Parts: sequence; C-alpha cells; structure tokens
Amino acid sequence: MTNTLWTTLALIGLGTAVGAQDSNSLSIEGESIVTEVAAPAHMENVDTIYSGWRFRSAETQALEMDDFDNPAFVFVEQGMDLWDKVDGAAGKACSSCHENIEDFAGLRTQLPRVDDGELVTMENLINECRTDRMEAEPWKWSKGKMTAMTGLIGVQSRGMPMNVAIDGDAAPFWEKGKELYYTRVGQLDMACSNCHEDNYGMMIRADHLSQGQINGFPTYRLKNAKLNSIHGRFKGCMKNIRATPFKEGGDEFKALELYLASRGQGLSVETPSVRN
Amino acid sequence: MKRALILTLCTAFGATAVAAGDVKPADVVYEDGVVSASLTGQAGDAVNGRMVFANRKQGNCLACHANSDMPEEGFHGEVGPMMDGVGERWTEAELRGIVSNSKMVFEGTIMPAFYIDSGYERPLDKFAGQSILSAQQVEDIIAYLLTLKDS
Ligand code: HEC
Ligand code: HEC
Repeated sequence: MTNTLWTTLALIGLGTAVGAQDSNSLSIEGESIVTEVAAPAHMENVDTIYSGWRFRSAETQALEMDDFDNPAFVFVEQGMDLWDKVDGAAGKACSSCHENIEDFAGLRTQLPRVDDGELVTMENLINECRTDRMEAEPWKWSKGKMTAMTGLIGVQSRGMPMNVAIDGDAAPFWEKGKELYYTRVGQLDMACSNCHEDNYGMMIRADHLSQGQINGFPTYRLKNAKLNSIHGRFKGCMKNIRATPFKEGGDEFKALELYLASRGQGLSVETPSVRN
Repeated sequence: MKRALILTLCTAFGATAVAAGDVKPADVVYEDGVVSASLTGQAGDAVNGRMVFANRKQGNCLACHANSDMPEEGFHGEVGPMMDGVGERWTEAELRGIVSNSKMVFEGTIMPAFYIDSGYERPLDKFAGQSILSAQQVEDIIAYLLTLKDS
C-alpha cells in the first residue's frame, strides 16, 4: 500500500525533461545582447562567463527575445505609472525632479556603488528619493512597487555592459562579498560557489545550474509570475540549502550583490529577464 | 500535511529520528572515512531506502546522482557520479561512511553529510541540531545501494 502511495507522489514530480538546447545569440528588439564573454581577471576559477539566459530552455529563452512576449513588461509599465505618480508630503513624483527616464541609461551597470562610505544598491537610491525628497514611505525591498521601478530604471541600461567598481572605497565590500560567496551555510552545508561555480551547466534534479549571474534582474520568474529582486533570489537559494537567509537590504546581501555584479563584468544588462 | 505523511511512513518502517538504540551522529566512529558498525543495529530496508533516495524532502540523492534503477522518476541530476553499479564499487562500511559524512571521504565535496547534527552554520531554525536523515534511513539507503550491482 505504502508502495503505491509513493509511486503516485513520485509521478507528480514527473514532467517533460526539456533538452536544454542553448541558443547562443540573443538579440532583443534588434539590439544584440552579450551573453558570453571572457571572465574578468579577478575570477580565478572560471574562464568564460555566461548569462543565465543561456541555461534556460528554448521556450523560456524565446519569451525574452521580444518585449511583447516578455511578461515582465506588464510590471515595467506599472513602473511607468509610478514614475508619474505624486506621492508623499512634498507633493512630488519621480518625474517632478527627473526629466527623462532615459537619463538613467548606464546606472544599472554601475550598481551597487559606494556613496559617502556606504554601499548602495538601486533600491537604496530609490528609497532615498522617496523618503528625503518626496517625504513618502520607503518601498519594501522586494515588493511589487520596488521591483516595478528597478525594472523600469534597469531596462534603460539594457544592452550596456555590467561595469561595477571594485577597487578603492568598494574594495572592502567586495572582499566581504567574495568571502560570503565561498562560505558554506545551512544544513546542506553549501556555498554559492558549489553550485554556481563548480557545477554550472549540470542538472541538479530538474534545474539546469547557471553561473548565478545578476545581469538580468529584476527577473520575471515563470514559477511565481512576478518580478523578483536580487536579494529575493539570494534568499531563495539560501533557503534551498536550509540556511537562515541574511536580511534583504542588509550589509551581507549588499556585499554579495557587489561581488556577483563583478563576476558579470562585460555581460550585457538584460533587465527585465525571464527565468523559470 | 506532507510532513505528517512522512512521519506516518517513517513510523510504519520503524524509523524515527530519535530511536533509542541509534548511534548518535556525534558518536559515529570513522576509520579513514569507513564506518563499520551499523547505526541502528537493525538490517536496512532496501525498499524504503529506494524511496528515501528519490524523495525530495528526504535524501533527494537523485538531485545529484542519476540512477538507471529509477526510470520512473523524471529529472536525474548530474552533479555526482551515476549510481549504477555503486554496490560493487564500495563495501557496506564504506557506503555508510560516504552517506553519513561524505566529507570524511571526498575532500571539499558538494555532497551533504546526511548524518551529522552539528558543524554546519546558520541552519534554518527548524533544522538546527538535526541530521538530514535518521539513522534508520541511512541504513535503508545503504541496503538499497548494495542492490545496485553491475551496470
Ligand atoms: C544547491 C545549489 C545552489 C546553491 C548552493 C545556490 N544556488 Fe543559486 N540557484 C540554484 C538554482 C538551481 C538556480 C536556478 C537555475 C539557475 O539559474 O542556475 C539558481 C539561481 C540563482 C540566481 C539567478 C540567476 C539568473 O540568471 O536569474 C542567482 C543570482 C543565484 N542563484 C545566486 C546564488 C547565491 C548568491 C548563492 C549563495 C548564497 C546561491 N545562488 C546558492 C542553485 C543554487
Ligand atoms: C549536492 C550533490 C549531491 C547530493 C545531494 C548527493 N551526492 Fe553523493 N556524491 C556527490 C558527488 C559530487 C560525489 C563524488 C565525490 C566528489 O568528488 O565530491 C558523490 C559521491 C557519492 C558516492 C560514491 C560514488 C562513486 O561511484 O564513487 C555515493 C555512494 C554517493 N555519493 C551516494 C549518495 C547518496 C546515497 C545520497 C543521498 C542520501 C547522495 N549521494 C547525495 C554529490 C551529491
């Protein structure tokens, strides 16, 4: 009896194993996107870096090739509404101070960065505008309004190469991020590197392991049908190895974000990307 | 609900995480990675071991090891070696060492230690102080692996 029960349960997990045939060249709306480039000099164990797009099935890949098909754009549109929406005691919208959203081209490639000794991400910059200039409530790190706005600002840099600073002021944050990347955590006792550096390209059960790049964030995931923040993804990976995640927006995840961004130097910004 | 289900099944097979006669994770004796003594003093159940091997909430060994003995399961992983013929490559005592704490055998391995309850950092609260598998589940998996002869 128990036997049948388990067979049934096992069968629920069955699906069609999509042969992960990677298409090699990505062009979105006529713009060519770099999904493969020589690894930056600081990476000791990897020669070539690849966008996560390269590890997805042909069907998932196709969704990102045309903005009409890309479900993430529903949320980017919402970001555009928020851009013009007056909010807070100062009676301002983003567009009251920033003339053109296009002026943000290039910003995504350089974040996170150090401002006055502090490591800041795009979420920090957005919330600084909300609290200090608009006198409005800050947005929650991974909630819909924030990811809509990081998606809208991020897409302005689409096609531009990731290019974060890791020297000078940034060096200690980068070192800390690197240490976290290689530190094993959780009951499963794994580090990011065990999956995304040592085993990318392999199947781990139903998942095709990528290098865990962040050039496509926020990403639309088929799994939850919304935009997902970078720190939200880190949190998910930590929970999968049964580790207590660090706090979204906290020092650890910001440092890890800087380090991961630097592992993607030269890959095109793909925001908003589609993943499973 | 799923939890309750697993618990019921475990009880049905006489394996719970806290069986009195079990060797505690901290007391397992490794000699060059080899563990000679049974963790439970009872024979492993290969049929249950096969289930624990595939179950995502238990061993989930299939996440990393492909296994021709389980064609009914979709999605076999490729992170570790295939399990075909593993029962001929290793003895029972060696397999007990590998499954209980693979790090004693393969330096720096990604493979989790399935029978340790300390020594890992920042576990989620609900897993703190616990091993991934119970002693009986480890014995059951070993009994199952020993059935995988030849390829
Ligand atoms: C047990 C294996 C495992 C570990 C350990 C792990 N991840 Fe992941 N990660 C995955 C899988 C599976 C996916 C989904 C498929 C893919 O993109 O690789 C993923 C996806 C990601 C992505 C999304 C990539 C994209 O293209 O959208 C990022 C970023 C990421 N991981 C970062 C991390 C970080 C940071 C850590 C450490 C805190 C970590 N991962 C630890 C398995 C792991
Ligand atoms: C996250 C990946 C992962 C998981 C999960 C995993 N293993 Fe492994 N296993 C490996 C790797 C990788 C090796 C090869 C040793 C090495 O080089 O690290 C290995 C080696 C082995 C070996 C020796 C195989 C040989 O032919 O030499 C056995 C036996 C084994 N694993 C059994 C298991 C069992 C049983 C489970 C589940 C209870 C399991 N593994 C779960 C990754 C994994």
